[in-house]
Amino acid sequence: MMATTASVSVSVYEGAATLIQLVLVALGGPLLVGLMAKVKARAEGRVGAPIVQPLRDLRKLLTKERLHARHASVVLPLAPMVILASSVMAVAISPLVSTHPLLGSSADILVIVYLLLTGSAAAALAGLDAGTAFGGMGSSRAMTIGALAEPALLVAVIALSIQSGTSNLPGIMVSTLAHPDWVLGPSRLLALGALLIVVIAETGRIPVDNPSTHLELTMVHEAMILEYAGPELALVSLGEAMRLGLLFSLLANLFVPWGIATHPTAASIVLGTAFLALKAVLVALGVALIEVRSAKLRLFRLPELLAGGFVLSVLAVVTGLVTR
Amino acid sequence: MAVFLAALSLCIAAALSAAALPRQWRVPVSAFLGSLGCLLAFGVAMSILITGDVVTFHSAQVLPLTGLSLTLDPLGAWFVLASSFVGVAACVYNVGYAKGAMASRTALTLFMVFVLTLLAVPAASSVMSLMFCWELMALSSLLLILTDQSRHPDARSAALWYGAMTQAGAAAILLGLLVMTSNAGGQNFADLSAHAAALSPVMRSFAFALILLGFSSKAGAVPLHVWLPKAHPEAPSPVSALMSSSMVAMGVYGIIRVGDDLLHGGTVWWWIAVALLGVVSAFYGALHATTSTDLKRLLAYSTIDIVGLVLIGVGAAGALNDSGQHAVAHLAMTAALLLVVAHAAFKGALFLAAGAVERASGTRDLDLLGGLIHSMPLTALVVVISAGAIMAVPTLSGFSSEWLLLQGLLHGFDVSSTPTVIVMLLGVIALALTGGLTAVAFVKAFGIGFLGQARSTGALGAREVPTSMVLAMGWLVIPSVVIGVVPGLLVPLLNRAAASALDTAVSSPLARGTDLVVARFGGAIEPAALVVGLVAVMLLAWVLNRGLAQRRARRVDAWACGRDLQTPRMQYTATSFAEPLQRVFADVLRPQTDVEVTHVAESRYYEQSLMYENRVVDVLEARGYRPLIAAALRVGRGARRIQNGSIHRYLAFGFVALLVILVVVG
Repeated sequence: MMATTASVSVSVYEGAATLIQLVLVALGGPLLVGLMAKVKARAEGRVGAPIVQPLRDLRKLLTKERLHARHASVVLPLAPMVILASSVMAVAISPLVSTHPLLGSSADILVIVYLLLTGSAAAALAGLDAGTAFGGMGSSRAMTIGALAEPALLVAVIALSIQSGTSNLPGIMVSTLAHPDWVLGPSRLLALGALLIVVIAETGRIPVDNPSTHLELTMVHEAMILEYAGPELALVSLGEAMRLGLLFSLLANLFVPWGIATHPTAASIVLGTAFLALKAVLVALGVALIEVRSAKLRLFRLPELLAGGFVLSVLAVVTGLVTR
Repeated sequence: MAVFLAALSLCIAAALSAAALPRQWRVPVSAFLGSLGCLLAFGVAMSILITGDVVTFHSAQVLPLTGLSLTLDPLGAWFVLASSFVGVAACVYNVGYAKGAMASRTALTLFMVFVLTLLAVPAASSVMSLMFCWELMALSSLLLILTDQSRHPDARSAALWYGAMTQAGAAAILLGLLVMTSNAGGQNFADLSAHAAALSPVMRSFAFALILLGFSSKAGAVPLHVWLPKAHPEAPSPVSALMSSSMVAMGVYGIIRVGDDLLHGGTVWWWIAVALLGVVSAFYGALHATTSTDLKRLLAYSTIDIVGLVLIGVGAAGALNDSGQHAVAHLAMTAALLLVVAHAAFKGALFLAAGAVERASGTRDLDLLGGLIHSMPLTALVVVISAGAIMAVPTLSGFSSEWLLLQGLLHGFDVSSTPTVIVMLLGVIALALTGGLTAVAFVKAFGIGFLGQARSTGALGAREVPTSMVLAMGWLVIPSVVIGVVPGLLVPLLNRAAASALDTAVSSPLARGTDLVVARFGGAIEPAALVVGLVAVMLLAWVLNRGLAQRRARRVDAWACGRDLQTPRMQYTATSFAEPLQRVFADVLRPQTDVEVTHVAESRYYEQSLMYENRVVDVLEARGYRPLIAAALRVGRGARRIQNGSIHRYLAFGFVALLVILVVVG
């Protein structure tokens, strides 16, 4: 009886942690987007929109009329649901607030990578659905970037998993907590470099893509979702913002897991929430600074950057194997 | 065994009925008998995998001199499982598909023989039986490629390539098996296995090298793959489906059967070679799949990619087993076997769907397709699910098997031998890279082929295919979903097959249940829970989108920069979709691009017409095989000079040859 009560209360905490991180990323993702826009605006000498602007946009979009392109099929309304669902589930299983989210035992890096890939594929299909030149252009470019970035993400996390002996993300974080000396190891630093490039590519920030551009020839992500309006655009934007929140949080937690809740107590979950918010904001500030300080790369220079990321991740694995 | 023989007999009956009955009866009757036979074989394979029994059969009447020996153990049963499941679909599909040349007596009979041999090869248990079934499989499929020559002008050259490669491969296999037989007392696999240890290490490695050469060319491993992207697309679609899903698996089966079972694993280097073949194949296949514009050619290249992943698993399993890491070896073998069955189902479905597209629109060139989702919604659904499975979307079958493969490779890092660790690392890199490339290839295949607007009148006039074809495709979608959502259900069967393949009694590290759990490595995936979550969020999104306000979407023109000038010709094509990646990997692909500009007569500043041509040819074929063929032809022309038709000269040659033999022997 005692054991049952204990396990029930543990799963209550796991459920609470999952719920908190879902809400935190769903609200925090758009806020991070707003924060980065604000930082960029300030650095460029403008006042900029308020940080909550992306959330306001979402609310506004949700009340607007639904518009579908004439030749679009059922894929157009379905894709936003897939994009959102893949982001939400990736957040739900990832160890962000606590090392024990509800589905934490299946928080495998392969699950996360392929969930994100599923979202990208759905967005790319939506881009092709209306049968326009812009949509196809965006889809083609986004898939090319994804095809180069996602392998780097996978291999970089595998570099971490070699030290920990598991590809389970909570497992990686728990073993990092136990071995603080790993953090500054050469393998970790190389993997960090790779992951930083991947995160910038996957979230469509400068120098890979410019989220604020609507200039035809440079668009990637914006071209792909050009046909979306109203509530469907809101779902797509929310899905993308949550993906950004997830990747920033994972980047922070994989390398500096301190603060994450490891025990099923209310205090540690509150602490974990606060630390997660702080770490994500710090990563966002860092990425915003990179955006301010660099120019967007030409599309055909991008593979060099992404291949660089991939090579870094492979080097991280090799270094990890050698220094094991 | 009686039931399995009944299954084979039903296939023979199907072949006979195809040969004997009049046209209107032969298609449905042979399809009925054939699919019944395959279903029966499926049942037998299942029962063997559940109980772990081994059944045998020997008949001295069937083959002269040696007789026919069949033995079905869990390893063979696993491959029968794959080919019989696809066989059912191919037979049913044929009811709607077989018209014209494919409904002819010859084609239908050969088709049923082909199905029969795919069930028999994994059961053959002597050298003669195996070679008999193997050659029958090769010949029937070779002739089937030539079924519809008038409409497929490339079929002849494809058949030539296939014929040459498959016969060279069969010769290598036969030679390898003969090396083993020479030492053993008989030609039964049991004898071969018992006496393999007595063979000298050099001879054993020589035999394995020959066998690997033969079987990997059938599996389509690079660099012996050149025939595959030619032959698989040119065959009629049910034949392509069987070739790409089941016949390719026979190549993998052969490597496992001879290397792991008959030769007892050999040395680490064998398996490193297998895994390296896999790494190269996976990358090369995935890359070519992204740039192919012919739908069936794209699928054929993606087969090379998946076979590469399977070979990585088989190679890793062999190398780890030889290094004493039996549990991890078991895991890698499990991954390879699961991928074989998952691939059989989704690639079978995709080839059948490609056949449906070709039947409905008259073309399989993606650059001429588009908008098919409106006219062929069911085929589109099949393609979406199967493409999702091949792209390893979590909760579909490709993901379960690739996750297992990654677990095997990751924990293979713990092995002490450096070459093995390097191969594991290359395997992980190949897995990661092909994941991204496959996504591009199949987003292209579905997005360009089925979405957007029709790019030709053929695509515009497409209609959904007959019910039998849709049913067959739907049947092949079942495994993609089942293996994806509840992969754990197959674990007991998989364990038996993997244990019988690796010849070890190690307990599987995989836990029983509906999920995949490798408790000792702290790894798990819970796809069923993931499905529940995904569906819940999608419902929520649906409510947010329209449920609350019950809003209907208004149809508007797509954005065209404010101009009203959008035509289907302005859409991205398959070629343009893959162009950025083609540029990134130009060093491997070596694309040939020509731009021809014709200026107007009055001024060079205005262009009258512009022609752009982009070709991606198989580099290995152009730089590797073509020079070889040219050299062989040169030697042949040179040898012709000594033949002038004079009988005296030939008698002289005979005399000299006889003298030489006498001198050498004496």
